[in-house]
Order: sequence, then structure tokens, then C-alpha cells
Amino acid sequence: MPLRLLKYGLSRDYPVSGDIPATPELKPAYDVVIIGGGGHGLSCAHHLAKYHGIKSVAVLEKGYLAGGNTARNTTTIRSNYITPEGIAFYKEGVELFERLSQELDFNVMFSQRGQLTLAHSEATIRSFHMRAEMGKHMGTRTEVVDQKGVEELCPLLNMDYGGPLEILGGLWHADGGTARHDAVAWGYAAQASRRGVEIHQRTEVQGFEVVGERVQAVRTNRGRVTCGQVLIATGGMNYDVALMAGVELPIRCYPLQAMVTQPLKPWLNTLVSSVSLHTYLVQSSRGEVVIGGGSDPYQLYSTRSTLDMKEHLAEGALHLFPFLQGVRLLRQWAGITDMTPDYSPIMGASPLANLWLDCGWGTWGFKATPVAGKRMAQTIADGRVPDILKPFALERFETFRLLNEMGATAASH
Amino acid sequence: MKLLTCPMNGPRNIDEFQSFGPVRARPDPNETADREWSRHLFRAENRKGIVVEWWRHVPSNYFFLAERDLVSNEIIRTFDASEQRDRA
Repeated sequence: MPLRLLKYGLSRDYPVSGDIPATPELKPAYDVVIIGGGGHGLSCAHHLAKYHGIKSVAVLEKGYLAGGNTARNTTTIRSNYITPEGIAFYKEGVELFERLSQELDFNVMFSQRGQLTLAHSEATIRSFHMRAEMGKHMGTRTEVVDQKGVEELCPLLNMDYGGPLEILGGLWHADGGTARHDAVAWGYAAQASRRGVEIHQRTEVQGFEVVGERVQAVRTNRGRVTCGQVLIATGGMNYDVALMAGVELPIRCYPLQAMVTQPLKPWLNTLVSSVSLHTYLVQSSRGEVVIGGGSDPYQLYSTRSTLDMKEHLAEGALHLFPFLQGVRLLRQWAGITDMTPDYSPIMGASPLANLWLDCGWGTWGFKATPVAGKRMAQTIADGRVPDILKPFALERFETFRLLNEMGATAASH
Repeated sequence: MKLLTCPMNGPRNIDEFQSFGPVRARPDPNETADREWSRHLFRAENRKGIVVEWWRHVPSNYFFLAERDLVSNEIIRTFDASEQRDRA
């Protein structure tokens, strides 16, 4: 066996596939500069290079590749939102995930196991009916299930019959799933760099040179870069980066905290989330139970963790699955979320002609990594915003055409 | 446990308090166009640095102001809202 392995290792038929190339020298100019080397920025770079033939692209990342919210999210993929505009967009996102491993020639471990959201009150059941009807209308698989349905989908749940948090029913979203977040970013990075996109790690944007209505150049810690088009996709730093270009976004930053347990045998088939407990759980393919959903109750630019929030998450998880009581926590962390007033992202044009926004991804950005990249690449290549993105424009706040997804966002806001 | 010093109740666990976000100037309804209204409604202070915000001590329902650093989370001082009004 080891000899056969060695033969594979040395064979020319199975060359070592290159990792992400080392950061090259920064050129003085690029057609497109993408600020932010997370999932969204890399996805956009991939789509620009592969589908629009734009290869003079630099992705500028302050830290290391996909080390921000791409690494910190809890990998929920779903489209069970409330507004038709939201559902249409996220539905395309789920469909892209279904084909993503093939698209990237890289296993992103997409597992479409379904998401079950629990209701502990009649009011929540009513809101679930609305979400289910909107979802069906838009062609997604979303339905309301009763207590028996919940038991069948997730037999190990503590239904708390007769208790204060009795589970009355659930919203079953068969399209929901999860994927390996790092693989998504690495897959996009590998594909993009293979087509000539340059990924510049440890390259921090420090300012913009704005002339008239255009960004002429971006100043970084490694030099000045002139640019045709610029995309901001910097997650928790979106407000800060946009402000450097003189664009004030309607964003407030809050830490979002999560944690994982030690690895266990597979026991949790679905993604489970509870609106009232502000807790959701998913078992990763390594067996670790990812427990998420703790947004800090006040604004902060920090990725520190707090005992209060971890206790709160543990309490929710233990209520749903009391047998987790002896299980140890393995890791805990936080990310900075850029929250918008209506819990929908801000995508499309900015007040500057060649500066594009992929911002306001708050607590819900991972699931949109493929679709946001695809549609932002299209926007940048065509120089105009496609219909599917128009409802997410920054101007919606001035025209009071908000896209309220607060009720469909499982984090604790 | 993080402590917040309430001007009325003294130092208490921050869990007893609710944040109401940064203070913003109230626009004059007769003089304000839609654009400025939307700004007032949807854009709160979010710059890295010190912010003045409304807080409420929930058990006593007392509203007051606090200066807090949005990066270090240090609460620099807390004070009764009348202080701000008197200054303005």
C-alpha cells in the first residue's frame, strides 16, 4: 500500500496541484481592483476571469486569504426568506452551491440536508406560514410542519411538551444545507489565480484617490494602484473602507459569536434553528456541533468573545438537545458583522461611477458567496446593475423601499 | 461580567442595561427633505472611535448617556441626559 501511494505521488499523471500562488509584486494598474480577499471578493474575481474574460484583476486582502467572516461564519445555506426579491436572489445562490464542487473542481462538501426552524409560539407559526407560501410561490422547497413532522425530521429534539418552550411546529426548508467555508474560498481563489487573477495578501487599502466622480487609484501599504473599476467586499470592514472613499453606508457593526463542540458521531441530520432561543446548530462533516447565533447587544468593532454570550448559546443548545450536557467546547470565536437597517445586503452602484458595493452582509453572507460574486462580476463587466440586484441598491434607503428580512434572519436581532 | 456605571444606580452588570444606539440630532420636520430624513432614520454613527449613546437601565427604566469606545469597548463615562441638554 505505501509503495502504491508513493507511485501515485511521483507519477506525472497525478501532478501536485498548486496551492494559491504566493503574493506577487503589486503592479501599478489593474482593470479591476477587488478590496477584500474573502469568499465574496474571490468569487467575483473567479466570475470576472472565467465568464467575462477580465483577467487584469487584483484582489487586495489586508490579512490572509479568507481569514475574516468567511472563516468565522456558521455555513448556513438557505433561501427561506420573506421578500420575493430576497428569495429570488438567495434561491439562485442555493442553486449555484448545488453545482459548486463541479464548477470549482474542488470538493466544497456541500450537504443539502435541509434546515428546520422551530416555533415555540403561535405567532411564529403564523410567520412561518407566510414564509412558506412566499417560498413556494418563488419555487423553493419550504413548508410548515406540525409537531409530528418536527419529531420525524429530528427525533432527538427535546419537544418540551407542556413546557414553556414547547415546540409547536417548524419551517422545513429542504433546499437548505451547509458546505465547508474554507473550501469555498480556496476553490474560488485557485480557479481565479489559474486564470491570471492576482491575489495580494497582507495588502491593506489605506485610502482612495477620488477625482471627480471616479476612483482613480487605491493607496495601499505596498504602493499605489490605479484602477478601472473597484469593488468593496470587506465584510465587517465595509463601513470603514467605504468611508475612506467618502461613501457613508447605513451600516452598524456588531460582533457575532459562535462555537463548536468536540467531534461526535453523526447524530444531527438537519440544520436546526430556534427563533426564540436565538440558537442554531449544525453538525459539521468532522462531527463537531457548530452552535451559533449570538449577536452582541451593542455596536462594537471587536472579535473578542464573552462568557455571557457563550452561556446563552449553550443554554439554547442544551434546551433543544439536553444530552449535550457533558460535551466539551472545542473552539469559540466571533466575527464583526456589518448590519443594515433592513437585514438585506447593499449591492450595486455607489455614488462614485466606478466604485461598486458588495456590502451589508451582516450575519447572512456566506450563503450568497457564489451568487453575489457572479452578479457583482456581471455588474462590473457590463457597467450596469442586473435586474436581480436592483432591489438591493444603496438608494433604497433614500426612497424608503426597504427589503425587510428581519424576521427571516435567524441571528438574534 | 462587564460593569456599566449607571448615573442613578451605580455600577451594575451590563446585562441589566439595554443599548439604544448613538445619539443623533433630531431634524426639524418642517425644514427636512426626504433625503435627510432617511439619513436620520437609517445612518447611525459607526466610525471607529468614541461614540455617545443612549442606554437604559432596564429594572429602573432609567435612560442615560454613555461615552464608549467602539473598538476597545471601554466605557469612558456615563452621565444624565440633562447634562447634554444643558450643554447644548
